Amino acid sequence: MSAPLTASTAAITPGARPVTGFWRRALRHRSFALGAVLSLVVLGAALLSLVWTPWPAYDIDVASKLRPPSAAHWLGTDVLGRDIVSLLLVGARSTILVGVIAVGIGLTFGVGLGLIAAARKGWTEELIMRMSDFTFAFPAVLSAIMLAAVAGPGMVTSITAIGIFQIPTFVRVTRGSANAIWAREFVLAARAAGKGSFRITIEHVLPNILSILIVQATIQFALAILAEAALSYLGLGTQPPQPSWGRMLNDAQTLLFQSPMLAVYPGAAIAIAVLGLNLLGDGLRDLLDPRLARER
Amino acid sequence: MSVFFLRRILTLVATLVVASLIIFLVLDALPGNAAQMLMGADASPDAVRALTVKLGLDQPLMVRYLLWLKGMAVGDLGNSYVYGTPVAGLIAERLVLTIPLAIMSMLITVVLALAAGIYTAANHNKLGDVGVMSLTQIGIALPNFWFAILLILLFSVKLQLLSAGGFAGWDDGIWPGIRSLLLPSISLAVVQAAILARVTRSAVLEVLREDFVRTARAKGLGKHEVLWRHVLRNAMIPVMTVMGLQFANLLAGTIVIENVFYLPGLGRLIFQSIANRDLIVVRNCVMLLAAMVVIVNFVVDVLYAFIDPRIKVANL
Repeated sequence: MSAPLTASTAAITPGARPVTGFWRRALRHRSFALGAVLSLVVLGAALLSLVWTPWPAYDIDVASKLRPPSAAHWLGTDVLGRDIVSLLLVGARSTILVGVIAVGIGLTFGVGLGLIAAARKGWTEELIMRMSDFTFAFPAVLSAIMLAAVAGPGMVTSITAIGIFQIPTFVRVTRGSANAIWAREFVLAARAAGKGSFRITIEHVLPNILSILIVQATIQFALAILAEAALSYLGLGTQPPQPSWGRMLNDAQTLLFQSPMLAVYPGAAIAIAVLGLNLLGDGLRDLLDPRLARER
Repeated sequence: MSVFFLRRILTLVATLVVASLIIFLVLDALPGNAAQMLMGADASPDAVRALTVKLGLDQPLMVRYLLWLKGMAVGDLGNSYVYGTPVAGLIAERLVLTIPLAIMSMLITVVLALAAGIYTAANHNKLGDVGVMSLTQIGIALPNFWFAILLILLFSVKLQLLSAGGFAGWDDGIWPGIRSLLLPSISLAVVQAAILARVTRSAVLEVLREDFVRTARAKGLGKHEVLWRHVLRNAMIPVMTVMGLQFANLLAGTIVIENVFYLPGLGRLIFQSIANRDLIVVRNCVMLLAAMVVIVNFVVDVLYAFIDPRIKVANL
């Protein structure tokens, strides 16, 4: 992780401080530090769930349903007698999985198209930008509804829908910042030296916009988590018995009068994950490009 | 009628046509025979064929697409596969709820966001600024449907002030209806307002650094006069852009929030139709939502030109 970060820092602010400097500033940056801690908690929960959960997350035990918090079940049990802590831990896994794949789709297509738009200009650029403007008309929920109507609801449906919804943002950000790099003298020099558009894009443009893309990807990850939760809540995303935070909220809503706390935990988990990533993104922006920090 | 306006209209029409084409391909061409889907795999081929003809699905794709476009132009969206009643009527019934809900949330969003944004910018780096900005950071992280559930917990379960869901309708006057849309629109608005407040704050701060602000202060205008007369108007461009984009989120949000509060709006209609495999209703609802998003963004684009005439020139 540290290698690409410093490479891009050096590219943006020539003569930037070495790795140790970056981390020292990072730890002193309040929102970065808090965001990193929260994100690591969620990541840790997901990793932990791979090897250990207090109770098996899939085991139904109706006899001990809707138990209040106790030493055995720290946050109690749900309507099927499943342990809430275990469900939350495994839910973190679904959240991160959907987020990573969806942002991956957005990054791959969005950055690719954005780089092409900036490199080719003319009608290619016009076409790509109009297409991405147009995709804005389809929020993730709408594409998920269309896909679910045709292919049925499920994790693949929600990942595809969220991925498509991520693309136009990456296209815009990539093209905007790539255009700024294309206008710089060192690109002109590279051209004069006989490099083609493709080589310039890979060797000069991409490394210079990498930090902006990392920041954007962090923020998009947070949006993907929110979208995944909403789709699962609506029943269009992750399907039972696979635990997911959005699904847990849906289950809890029918029991608001009996067990109100069941509706609190999964939402808090979503909010912590999203808050963590947003703070991390803000912090990274300040740390990677101090010139942008002034704008905040 | 300037060239600017004409270009924008052409883009609008082109976008709507492409949207309709994609929606048609995904929801009509891709699924195969809707009659087969409605009747299930066990239905006799004769019955399926009869229904296919009855629904007009035996005609070529291109013809069906053009018929749909023509229907949209004259307000005839065809009949629901399941209920047999006109789709336009089904949608109109639901819009009576969804449009007021969207408008109420947008109003609450704008009031909250401008108040918070202007207050924090005017008190830059003071305690109030830091406090409100931390609150917006948390607001952005809240899933709106979870916030809705928390509001239900507080106002319906604990305080028992408002009902946990359902819609009173507009028959007994305007207040019962507004009352039942209050919690839904607040839960939609708070999250959006958090984002818009941050945009407003940074836009106002940006303009406050401009030379003309210093000039206005130097010629003796008071701090507040400068803020209201010069700064706000110039800061509105980015704020309006984000408002336009937020409208898309808001419409998507109504689909989710209507499900939280069991409101019989457009979002519920879409879900029932998916469950019933009533694809013609899904197709028209999705088209309507997409069209609303595109049209609102078009209106925002045109409004820019009124607020800031320089944009018109730049875009020629």
